[in-house]
Amino acid sequence: MTSLVLDKIVKRFGSIEAIHDVDLDIRSGEFVVFVGPSGCGKSTLLRMIAGLESISEGRLTIGGQLMNGRAAADRGIAMVFQSYALYPHMSVYKNMAFGLETIRMPKAEIEVRVRKAAAILRLTELLDRRPRELSGGQRQRVAIGRAIVREPRIFLFDEPLSNLDAELRVQTRVEIAKLHADLGATMIYVTHDQVEAMTLADRIVVLRAGRVEQFGRPLDIYNKPANRFVAGFIGSPKMNFLDVKSLGTRPNGVAVDLAGQELVTHVAADKVVPITVNAPLTLGVRPEHIVIGSGDGLQLGQVRAEHVEHLGSQTLIYGKLTDGQNMTIVCDGQKRTHVGDAVEASVAPSLCHLFDTDGRTLTL
Amino acid sequence: MEAQYLREDASRIATAADRQATTRHECGSALRYQLASYSFLLPWLIGFFALTLGPALSSLYLSFTDYDLVDTPYWIGIGNYARIASDDPRFLKAMQVTFTFVVLSVPLKLTFALAIAITLNKGLRGLTFFRAVFYLPSLIGASVAIAVLWRQIFAGDGLLNKLLASVFGYEGPSWISTPGTALYTIVLLAVWQFGSPMIIFLAGLRQIPQDMYEAASIDGAGARRQFLKITLPLLTPVIFFNAVIQTIDAFKAFTSAFVISNGSGGPIDSTLFYTLYLYQEAFVNFRIGYASALAWVLVVIICIFTALSFLSARFWVHYDD
Repeated sequence: MTSLVLDKIVKRFGSIEAIHDVDLDIRSGEFVVFVGPSGCGKSTLLRMIAGLESISEGRLTIGGQLMNGRAAADRGIAMVFQSYALYPHMSVYKNMAFGLETIRMPKAEIEVRVRKAAAILRLTELLDRRPRELSGGQRQRVAIGRAIVREPRIFLFDEPLSNLDAELRVQTRVEIAKLHADLGATMIYVTHDQVEAMTLADRIVVLRAGRVEQFGRPLDIYNKPANRFVAGFIGSPKMNFLDVKSLGTRPNGVAVDLAGQELVTHVAADKVVPITVNAPLTLGVRPEHIVIGSGDGLQLGQVRAEHVEHLGSQTLIYGKLTDGQNMTIVCDGQKRTHVGDAVEASVAPSLCHLFDTDGRTLTL
Repeated sequence: MEAQYLREDASRIATAADRQATTRHECGSALRYQLASYSFLLPWLIGFFALTLGPALSSLYLSFTDYDLVDTPYWIGIGNYARIASDDPRFLKAMQVTFTFVVLSVPLKLTFALAIAITLNKGLRGLTFFRAVFYLPSLIGASVAIAVLWRQIFAGDGLLNKLLASVFGYEGPSWISTPGTALYTIVLLAVWQFGSPMIIFLAGLRQIPQDMYEAASIDGAGARRQFLKITLPLLTPVIFFNAVIQTIDAFKAFTSAFVISNGSGGPIDSTLFYTLYLYQEAFVNFRIGYASALAWVLVVIICIFTALSFLSARFWVHYDD
């Protein structure tokens, strides 16, 4: 088990800076997920840790040792690739043994390690097969097995589930979580799927355009997003963003005007972002926090349904407020709402988020 | 009521007639379409039947005859083949020369082509330019002009000997006139024409996913191990393809041997390629029947080699899916 520190890490491709001053301190045994939209630099960052991309500036230390100039093989890491990167001409056994044969480990020890990993990953029956004879999920397990046998200090996963179907993805996700619990190794996992991030991570790094937007525990990121980007990225369906105007502070929190109606949120005014009356703000409300019907919370107004999705356990209503702003509502259970129906929406004041015009959260 | 039935019947008959007319029209359109397609194919079909299949079948017939281009072919059964098998020392010599050429030139050419392809695959600047430059010998290499040039280079007073004399003070022999070296100059010329397999190797190398090398480098595999354990095995389908094509080409090699030896296959039959011997029998000695038999024996030899290659492929060629 090994810690990993990124200190002011920068990556440039020619004149283009892809990663900007990234600082991260990943603790030993931690499961950290890099999440962000396509092109945010999460895979580049992972490849820099792996030694597959050079580091333009900054320091990378693994277990306290500087790794900047070290070859990938000397970093004590193992990586599972998005495409699995299995050698098609080798059997499953040979694929898993390749790294150990490379370092000239005795055959008997290789056999012990491969069979042990195969047993963990339920691959024992498949050891003589070629990758082409395996399903997507089995190939993925072989790729993980190839990493396990090397007993690395740090496991790196680059979008390992993106080629699997939805059912297999959930199943493999659970297996990876169990594997982390069993091995207790430090794992860094890249994904663009925020559900994977939320379910697997001890801590999540949310990246955008090569910058860390927030680094924290999944529920902290969900409950206290650092900015509008993080608030919108984490959570599905994404958070509703409503244009409001500040009405100043009240004893309970900041008051805002939504379509001529005063709503007093429980968002405390922040010293960093001073509240001025009539300042444009964005009110963030998660779809699952909205209650249908005039409850005790803040009245958001009438929402006219434009599209309704019945998922069985949940009903998703996509509609518009009377002032034309979009709103998504997630209700538990099966609601008898139809397109064209108007429903009253309310939200608890404590579940509101406010963002200034730069997208910063008013209070963290 | 009856009148109504009659009207309905008439209407049904009219509809059926319409349908028939439509079907006829559709058939006519399909036929016209097919005729148009065949008319485009016609030049190739004429070429194939008149210039390939026709001569091939007539040569098969002539191989069982005694024919000198002047008299009527005289049927002699398997006489030509019996002579090839039992009573033709020059046939054996031509076989020996051709096999030596195939065994030397094909592996050397493929190795050279692969080495250059790997170098060009490293993402060099001006890759397109170098690719074109290296391909150039293949475009012009089989021409008579290049063979003539080759003869000038390797002649007694040729460029090579002048170079050897000026740099090492060594008086070289006439490489193309010495029985021990003449064949190797032609092998060298063949190897120089590595462009075509190189382009195919380059395409094959591009097909190998980069992340396999990355996975191997994380596993600690150096360049040599990556080449032996990843590049070579994954390139075997391309190596196999190139080997078959180049082997067939090498069996059919003619121009260079003809030009360099002035059509004689000399010195002392040391460059008597199979096709050159066949040419001599057909157009110098006018034994068309015998030359035809030689041609069909070559076809059989090439078929056997190709079949053996395909049989062996299952043991060393790795197909992904």
